[in-house]
Amino acid sequence: MTNSWTDIANTDVMLIMGANPAENHPCGFKWALEAKRKRNARIIVVDPRFTRTAATADFHVPIRAGSDMVFVGGLIRYAIANNLYAHEYVTHYSNAAFLVHPDFQLPEDGVFSGFQEVTSDYDRTTWSYQTRPDGTVITDASMQHPHCVFQLLRRHYSRYTPEMVEQVTGVPIPLFLRVADEFLGIRKHGDMKRTGTLIYSLGWTHHSTGTQIIRSGAMLQLLLGNMGRPGGGVNALRGHSNVQGATDLAITWDSLPGYLKQPTASDGSFEAWMKRTTPAVLKPEETQSLNYWANTPRFAVSLMKSLYGPAATKENGWAYDYIPKPPDGRAWWGLSQEMIQGKVQGMICFGMNVLGLMAGAHRTQAALGHLDWLAVCEIFPDETSEFWCAPGIRAHEIQTTVYRLPGVGFAEKSGTTVNSARMLQWKDAAAPPPGDARIDQEILAQLFLRVRDLYIQEGGKFPEPILNLTWDYKIADKPSSEELARELNGRALAEATDESGKRSVAAGKQVPDFTWLRDDGSTACACWIYSGSWTEDGAQTKRRNTDDPSGLGIFPNWAWAWPLNRRVLYNRASCDPAGKPWDPKRASLWWSEKDGRWLGPDVPDFKVTSPPRDKMGPFIMNAEGLGRFFAPGALMLDGPFPEHYEPIEGPIANPLHPGRSTNPLGKKIETPFDRFGKPSEGFTAVAFTMRMTEHYHFWTKNNPANVQLVPEPFAEIGEDMARDLGISGGDFIRITSARGYHICRAMVTKRLRPLKVAGKVVYQVGIPFNWGFRGIAEDAGKTSRTLINHITPTSYDINTRTPEYKSFLVKVEKARGLRS
Amino acid sequence: MSEESRRIQKISAHSGPVPGAGAARELKVAKLIDVTTCIGCKACEVACQEWNDLPFADTTFQNNHQTMPDTAWNYWTLITMDEVQKPDGSMNWLLRKDGCMHCAEPGCLAACPAEGAIVQYANGIVDFNHELCIGCQYCTIGCPFNIPKFNPQSKKVFKCTLCTDRVEQGLEPACIKSCPTGCLQFGSKEDMLHVAGERAAQLRDHSGFPDAGVYDPPGVGGTGVIYVLHDVNTPEAYGGLPKEPRIPRAVWLWKQPLKWLGNAAMLGGILGMAAHYFLFGPKPEPVETKAQNRNRHEDPLA
Repeated sequence: MTNSWTDIANTDVMLIMGANPAENHPCGFKWALEAKRKRNARIIVVDPRFTRTAATADFHVPIRAGSDMVFVGGLIRYAIANNLYAHEYVTHYSNAAFLVHPDFQLPEDGVFSGFQEVTSDYDRTTWSYQTRPDGTVITDASMQHPHCVFQLLRRHYSRYTPEMVEQVTGVPIPLFLRVADEFLGIRKHGDMKRTGTLIYSLGWTHHSTGTQIIRSGAMLQLLLGNMGRPGGGVNALRGHSNVQGATDLAITWDSLPGYLKQPTASDGSFEAWMKRTTPAVLKPEETQSLNYWANTPRFAVSLMKSLYGPAATKENGWAYDYIPKPPDGRAWWGLSQEMIQGKVQGMICFGMNVLGLMAGAHRTQAALGHLDWLAVCEIFPDETSEFWCAPGIRAHEIQTTVYRLPGVGFAEKSGTTVNSARMLQWKDAAAPPPGDARIDQEILAQLFLRVRDLYIQEGGKFPEPILNLTWDYKIADKPSSEELARELNGRALAEATDESGKRSVAAGKQVPDFTWLRDDGSTACACWIYSGSWTEDGAQTKRRNTDDPSGLGIFPNWAWAWPLNRRVLYNRASCDPAGKPWDPKRASLWWSEKDGRWLGPDVPDFKVTSPPRDKMGPFIMNAEGLGRFFAPGALMLDGPFPEHYEPIEGPIANPLHPGRSTNPLGKKIETPFDRFGKPSEGFTAVAFTMRMTEHYHFWTKNNPANVQLVPEPFAEIGEDMARDLGISGGDFIRITSARGYHICRAMVTKRLRPLKVAGKVVYQVGIPFNWGFRGIAEDAGKTSRTLINHITPTSYDINTRTPEYKSFLVKVEKARGLRS
Repeated sequence: MSEESRRIQKISAHSGPVPGAGAARELKVAKLIDVTTCIGCKACEVACQEWNDLPFADTTFQNNHQTMPDTAWNYWTLITMDEVQKPDGSMNWLLRKDGCMHCAEPGCLAACPAEGAIVQYANGIVDFNHELCIGCQYCTIGCPFNIPKFNPQSKKVFKCTLCTDRVEQGLEPACIKSCPTGCLQFGSKEDMLHVAGERAAQLRDHSGFPDAGVYDPPGVGGTGVIYVLHDVNTPEAYGGLPKEPRIPRAVWLWKQPLKWLGNAAMLGGILGMAAHYFLFGPKPEPVETKAQNRNRHEDPLA
């Protein structure tokens, strides 16, 4: 979230797309309802299904899964064409006036300039700004130049007409215009006071074009001047508890803690890694850019000092060689491929039911079956640890040795959870671990210490990264959550002084925040964005003060939000160029000439002493200092503007460019399990996976309280579709894709209706993903045992490697031979 | 709330004055359910079971998201979920928390023949005393909301107590505590009516629901559970909430003007039975009937 849960109560209108917060984020959703009760705010829900979120909304727009980008693109076109955007904001706070390379081509034929058919990749030379010899960007303040970003934006979206929206998404023109009127209407007559928020979740992420869908949303909010403002923003509702913490701490293959970019083999040295990943200022002559990522080396060196202590020296490139350099694409796809090829022999699967979770379960089963050993840490017997008894697997053919490690549930361990609002909240354990269960870090510590002992005793290839890893916990095999949290905050290794030279921190003390971190090895910090969470003043994450003096839902002394306890990112943009809040009634920040600094109830996301006359851009994490409509270079691999491509399995040819229907970079992976179907083969219905309030992932099928609420796997299908197929509610149905089938009950509902898409009637099927072959009902033989991921596609987003769970093709039929 | 809130003001099948009645006017409590902000998350359903130590239910697939078709002896509160197509073709999904309404004039209490088995406290809560319940199930006929449910194993009838054990300690009922959106509120009846009225006015004036209103049916003297509905004229659409609930006429007749007739009939029955016994002797019970009875009683979730 750029804003916060509590900030949603400040909004005037909510556009909820690709998310179902009433069901999946019920506690946070109270703030949406609070906005309704307190401000008469409107809720617009755009979703294939009429969800429980839609039940509280002012209106619901049924849409074809996989077409959201055209809907948002239609809003962008409509805002520009009807003068419903924030002129002053766009002029001063975005790159709209920048001139782009004259040879840059929009994807009117389906690809941007520079596409190479042979490699299916782009030469991105023309995806760049025009610069002067001194490196400053050439702009046209009038924004009329044909090569300026604003004109390119207008031209790019000129194809996303209401007619095109109707054709691709199935949303009738009048309904689309109603959303346009409600959401874009906040900028009628040049009004800048009102704000709208955009709320999305995995319904936007899980596509082969997911990143670009989200980018369209961000561009819409930039165009409307909603970024940085109370009640505005782009608000990603994180999938489940502490997935925000997982990405912050880099439980992903392509980043290091605090979103530092992972070094690659081609970097070769610490300096080269820093050179590649530290952006240089890229701005027009007349503005300033803080370019906060210029501090990357400070954060990287502090991370290396935290990991390797004295072994990380300037001379050895801060132990650069110790850090793994995974090849490009070492997401699950590459990893599982290497398992099938026998290159990866063992896997530790920690807090992740990979067989249940990952698209293409047949492929996952094959990968696990090729392993020599598999260790699974879980709180219940799960599908991954028992993959050898998955339906269709012959257990006697599996040679993998599986070890199950008993983990603990969230209530059995102390520590912080980071919510979608970037807020770190400490909790104490409510109950001791049951039986032999151990908290996560104790299991990891035991593993590590035994591996380290083996290296000490027997030596081995390149033992240094293991032997030199910092391990200074009081009890070596029981690191406490407190010790780990302190490590994340960071400490001074030598006496440190702040930039003013007035305050200092003694060696060994916690640093007050990340502005104290240095690139000379004098500070250690495991995750720079968490710096400030556990200082010499104690654990800020344990604070529980409920005062909200501003009334803006900031609650400054409740827990702690990264970065620097800031509640709304880019909040300089909540003020006009002169430093006055766009809406004085919702003032989170303002420039005080008298004090010579920015003041307000929120923590400034800005150089606090930079006066408005310096024209420093509010988007300090961008090299431009400004919001990007045009994303230059390789920031987005598949285009500097978002362009709609059909899902890899789509029901129609892309009306924008039928000859180039799907993402030209949307790579398909090649194992015998990666098969894709076409409508001509009978796969005509659009299916998508979903979650619901009654179940949490694959855990609650083990809890009788949840099982009684929804006892069996099912799929939602519309009444018309059911009638066509002769299916009644409660019948067992077989949902088949090119990859396999899934058996479940039919929930026949009015809440899913056929849509008319490009002249065709398209049926949609919503399938919850919470079941498998282990659980109360499964063990009792009361449910089918197929996994939803037996049918999901193994196509993915090229920017993130996220699978396309949210739009694929299936056929549905009554399951024969099963008694309903 | 204190012991005062458990002061009894009405007693089932009790003749003569109620002990201590009319001493002081106690605050009536009420639960407010704003169905327009209910998200159907079912937290209240599970919180109710857990607080009241009720066994989890063995449910089956319902072809909708509703947990089960109706409340049960071990499931006192249930979100009913009704898909409604509006005249303009758009949808609504009516999510209503169903459960005991705690009527000011409780039909269950009026119908109950067992002295003290059903009581109404001065704060308005209607509660069952299971030690005195004789399992006759008359209350299930007397209730216009179809709430009390019979447990064939224990042969007692159960329903929501409005967490009277919590309320007497100054706590809100468990369902209120668990509600994430604030669609459930608890307080004095007067306050809840005020909040409900304001919310209904907001729905009428700002949210396009011209018929929004408060459900507090006068036919049962008003209720200790009140609703804000999008359309107060069609409560039946919300899982069959009755439009004009009343205590069934038969119960009223039986318990009031015709009570003497019942007593006379009972006396006649006893006399007739005695006469039959003396004239013809006892009748042996056939074995098959016994078996049938046992089967019926073993239905786990009846």
